Amino acid sequence: MNRKGIAALTGLGVLLALPLVTPPYFLHLLIQILLWGFIYTAWSMMGRFGLVSLGHGAFMGIGAYVPALLWNYFDVTPWLGIPVGIVLSALLGLIIAYPCFRLKVVGHYFALVTLALSQVVLLSIVAARDITGGSLGMTPRSIGHSWYALQFPDKAYFYVIVLLLWVGGLFVWRWIDRGIGREALEAISDDEDAAAAVGIDVTREKLRVTIISAALTALGGAVFGQYLMYLNPDTFSGIGVSLQIVFAAIAGGMYAMLGPTVGALFTIAVTEGLRVWFGANFVGAANTIYGILLILFVIFMPRGILGWLETVRRPRASAAAPAE
Amino acid sequence: MDMFLLEAAINGLLLAGVLALLTLGLNLIFGVIDVVWIAYADLVMCGMYAVYWLFAVFGWPLPLAFAVSVVGVAVLGVLVHLLIIAPILGSAPINQLLATGGLLYFLQSFATLIFSTDFRNIGVRLPIIEIGGIYISYSRLLAFGVALTGATALYLFLKRTYIGTAIRAIAQDRDIVGLMGVDQRRIYLVTSAIGGALAGLGACLLALQYDVHPFIGNTFGPLIFMICVLGGLGNMIGGFIAAFIIGQIIAIGGYYFSTELSYVLAFILFILLMFIRPQGIVGR
Repeated sequence: MNRKGIAALTGLGVLLALPLVTPPYFLHLLIQILLWGFIYTAWSMMGRFGLVSLGHGAFMGIGAYVPALLWNYFDVTPWLGIPVGIVLSALLGLIIAYPCFRLKVVGHYFALVTLALSQVVLLSIVAARDITGGSLGMTPRSIGHSWYALQFPDKAYFYVIVLLLWVGGLFVWRWIDRGIGREALEAISDDEDAAAAVGIDVTREKLRVTIISAALTALGGAVFGQYLMYLNPDTFSGIGVSLQIVFAAIAGGMYAMLGPTVGALFTIAVTEGLRVWFGANFVGAANTIYGILLILFVIFMPRGILGWLETVRRPRASAAAPAE
Repeated sequence: MDMFLLEAAINGLLLAGVLALLTLGLNLIFGVIDVVWIAYADLVMCGMYAVYWLFAVFGWPLPLAFAVSVVGVAVLGVLVHLLIIAPILGSAPINQLLATGGLLYFLQSFATLIFSTDFRNIGVRLPIIEIGGIYISYSRLLAFGVALTGATALYLFLKRTYIGTAIRAIAQDRDIVGLMGVDQRRIYLVTSAIGGALAGLGACLLALQYDVHPFIGNTFGPLIFMICVLGGLGNMIGGFIAAFIIGQIIAIGGYYFSTELSYVLAFILFILLMFIRPQGIVGR
């Protein structure tokens, strides 16, 4: 086994052992970092190829609400509900993305279409207030510790689940990265017509990565819902969440495998740091700073923290790389 | 025809006036500078707070508060261009969209920070007019009138003045215009200022009708984008027509179903139209 593999396994071992020693608060932070890291990774699978979606709030919302609604109203176990939510999200992704890609809706047009999509899902959740609780949110019916209902008052269970999820997400990333699909997608994001001219099925390649991204985001949303045991349309869907996802992915660096996770670590550290520093009555401070940072990142560091570190470490290599 | 339906349709028409005004501002910026200010509706929010603060808290006369707000948001527009757009003018359009996304985040959170999430109203109650059993609020009528006047003034400015001509020329071909001796940077600044001023004007009109709170931009921001794209980004007349179509969908949909569902309907229509006519409803 090579050195990288050993390092990865050691890291995983340390991460697995963490719940034994960390207090609940840090465990809560770790769960959030890994879970958001997973969702950001899922977003970046599209984002890195120039498919900037502002609609991932839609997938997250469906992923979280479908299993919770099925559980509350029909006693369907999340083990069934979550796959249903994932399939519905993937389907929605397909329905929106297929015409987009066929009709070459790209760049900021694509961003605006997906933005409208996340608004559709957000407003539908609010409009169906009789069953979803509308803006007030909803709570999945709690039955205590249960594998059947996927409810664990003990955070350690969720930590392990989320850790597995995150590792799984990284494997999917690597799978896309190693596959022939990546080269095709990079060619497409450089020049769609040229890619089509050399025989790349542009629509199919884009669709594949979009559906994977939508499905994983839904899965992340579902687990997040099970963990929080409280769903609110504004924290799970809509333009706010969608922008948060984009921001964190950009901040961490969406072109590197661990970039989105670094983004999650960074944003949650900023949020919690400010919260501890200023106290909870200083609402909005963290997001104010996010906003400024997002602008600064886009202007000065479009490749994110990890991308920037790479340029610092290997100035020559990056100087040789094609300009942005 | 049902009386209430007619009333809904008229209110939709009046709402569309303000939407059309904001669409004009956004379209101008898109057409000329080729950037999407995703935080445009949040500039409107800033203007509404300015009106609230100057009028309701400091007790300035309303027209003065309006004037200062319009100028203030115009200055804000120039600052947005200088600080955020100008440094990345050459990079991919999506980066500019995301940078203004950061601005959206910043403005909303900053407003929460200093104003809290309370709903605030400037407390001006204009009378309601009754015509043959249909009730129309005077503030909406006023908003509609001012919006149309503003749009006409902008049209004349673009058609009749040198700078207006230069702005239209840049929207058609930005490379050639430079050869004609037009200073692009100055045109961009003027355009940003006009875009900001239109947002400020929209803010004054909206402040008469709605409470202001930090997230008010989210309620109609996505709507304005949609209208812009429907009309064909950069196409001002198209945007104007699209504003009235969307206004009707929302008003009549709201009458038959609920407000949220009428928005859902409008967004779905937008997505469908993007597929059928990506160049906009009146595109070439």
